[in-house]
Amino acid sequence: MIYRESGQFVTTYGADRRIFKLWQQRWALYTLLGFAFAVVPFIGNDYWFSAILIPFLVLSLAGLGLNLLTGYAGQISLGSAAFMAVGAFAAYNFQLRIEGMPLLLSFVLGGFTAAMVGVVFGLPSLRIKGFYLLVSTLAAQFFVTWVLTQFGWFSNYNSSGVITAPPLVIAGYDFSSPAGRYLLTLGVVTVLAFLTRNIVRSELGRHWMAVRDMDTAAAVIGIPILKTKLLAFAISSFLLGIAGALWAFTYLGTVEPHGFDLSRSFQILFIIIIGGMGSILGNFLGAAFIVLLPILLSNLSANFLAGVVDPGQLENLQKIIFGALIIFFLIKEPSGLARLWQLLRERARIWPQRF
Amino acid sequence: MAAIPLLELQDISLSFKGVKAINDISFTVGQGEICALIGPNGAGKSSLLNVINGVYQPDQGVIGFNGKSYRKMQSHQAAVHGIARTFQNIALFKGMSVLDNVLTGRNLKVKSSWIEQAFNIGRAPSDESTQRQKAEEIIDFLRINQWRNSIVGTLPYGLQKRVELARALAAEPRLLLLDEPMAGMNSEEKAEMSSFILDTQREFGTTVVLIEHDIGVVMDLSDHVVVLDYGKKVGDGTPDEVRKNPDVIAAYLGTKH
Repeated sequence: MIYRESGQFVTTYGADRRIFKLWQQRWALYTLLGFAFAVVPFIGNDYWFSAILIPFLVLSLAGLGLNLLTGYAGQISLGSAAFMAVGAFAAYNFQLRIEGMPLLLSFVLGGFTAAMVGVVFGLPSLRIKGFYLLVSTLAAQFFVTWVLTQFGWFSNYNSSGVITAPPLVIAGYDFSSPAGRYLLTLGVVTVLAFLTRNIVRSELGRHWMAVRDMDTAAAVIGIPILKTKLLAFAISSFLLGIAGALWAFTYLGTVEPHGFDLSRSFQILFIIIIGGMGSILGNFLGAAFIVLLPILLSNLSANFLAGVVDPGQLENLQKIIFGALIIFFLIKEPSGLARLWQLLRERARIWPQRF
Repeated sequence: MAAIPLLELQDISLSFKGVKAINDISFTVGQGEICALIGPNGAGKSSLLNVINGVYQPDQGVIGFNGKSYRKMQSHQAAVHGIARTFQNIALFKGMSVLDNVLTGRNLKVKSSWIEQAFNIGRAPSDESTQRQKAEEIIDFLRINQWRNSIVGTLPYGLQKRVELARALAAEPRLLLLDEPMAGMNSEEKAEMSSFILDTQREFGTTVVLIEHDIGVVMDLSDHVVVLDYGKKVGDGTPDEVRKNPDVIAAYLGTKH
């Protein structure tokens, strides 16, 4: 009864396909987007933009990419950071080597490059499954880092292999300020999130879930397994590639291949596990959890335990609490934060009754 | 009834590492017929279905379907030709809703490309509505409307069997292969499932090949019965002919020595 659906009827199949069938939900979404685009740039400060909001958005996008592959298509991967690296270095080189390349186009081309690399490393998935596939995607992780450090061409012969973001100018507008970088990231992530939502609810999304749930039955009813799996790798890597380019250009500004190491891949995997496999919202919740909780913990400990505990120990203590919280959440809700949110919404619909 | 054969198996043999599962089996299934495959466990019934729709490739023999001969089938090719099936152990997509399962059954009818779907442009919106309408017809037909949005994994067994039939029917098949559609059901559920199978045949003219152990159901339901034992065909004919066949009685009841 906090919000109710009485009087809202669906009369066409098109209307029934909407993800938010109630106007209350749609308005909540529009308000949130309006707030994020029109209000946050004016009230946020540089610390919030650079240290919290931008990494949160980029990691959400990376989670989205991996979630397509793992949560929807059921192919486990530990190569996410490698595909991010490919996207970042490809976008950098497109910017560097082609005169007058528009910034957004270089993101897209970076994404396409990552998609191609993703397809190559997705080929083993046609033969192997589960943990064995996980190990073979590890190869992507080590191979890409090795190639990017070994061959100087990729970083334009920078002595330490570091690439530096080009000026962030789109159609004459400079997005280099923290608020500008935030808006650019938010715009890209919003557009891609809507596209992804369309894909997972379309025929292709159903093919992915069919392959995930029962691949022999999927083949028998006529789903082309090869094409379905490789498209999952391609689209997932495309999103990861763009996330990598954003990570390099709008978040860090300079990045080296080792910025995209195995621990980054694990971080993205944690995001989708905590947020919820097979959910779009889950990636944002998971990324918020991963980005915000450590900051919250360090603020809390700086305020309350600063004089009491030795600073080095304090850092370890934070990690212990962080890990313990992850375990706690997974025991309480194995399907992730997205499921918790869904339960909460259902409760709100019938409140104050329980059923 | 069996005027033009839709399915014609000739000398099909299949072996697994030297163990002969199917030995030189030939029979025909007429257009619009309900054909039952019966036989003791391990007789090769399921293997035969797997050969027909390309899950297994036979060592020898020819599969004739709809006037054309195939040395072997691939599962995708079989689906394209209009062969749909259900499985002995339910093979639904457990994490998806009933509606999504049925829609997935229509995957070969989808016209729009995934790029159109991603941007929701071109053929995608109308295509999606068309598929939805067809899926709803099947859902109506099998009376599973009220579970439309339930996740399949949470439904009881009997309903899952029905959803699996819905997914197969959604493909608008010419030949429907049912592997023990009534296994583990009580007599009421069996009667219900039998009526769905008969309705399918009458309403859509679908040819059905089914495997079933309940002889009563088989005799009532089918136009044509094929009996297998140890990978060999021991009987083939109308239910009455098969009932009187001494080889069939021997296979089922044993013979006096």
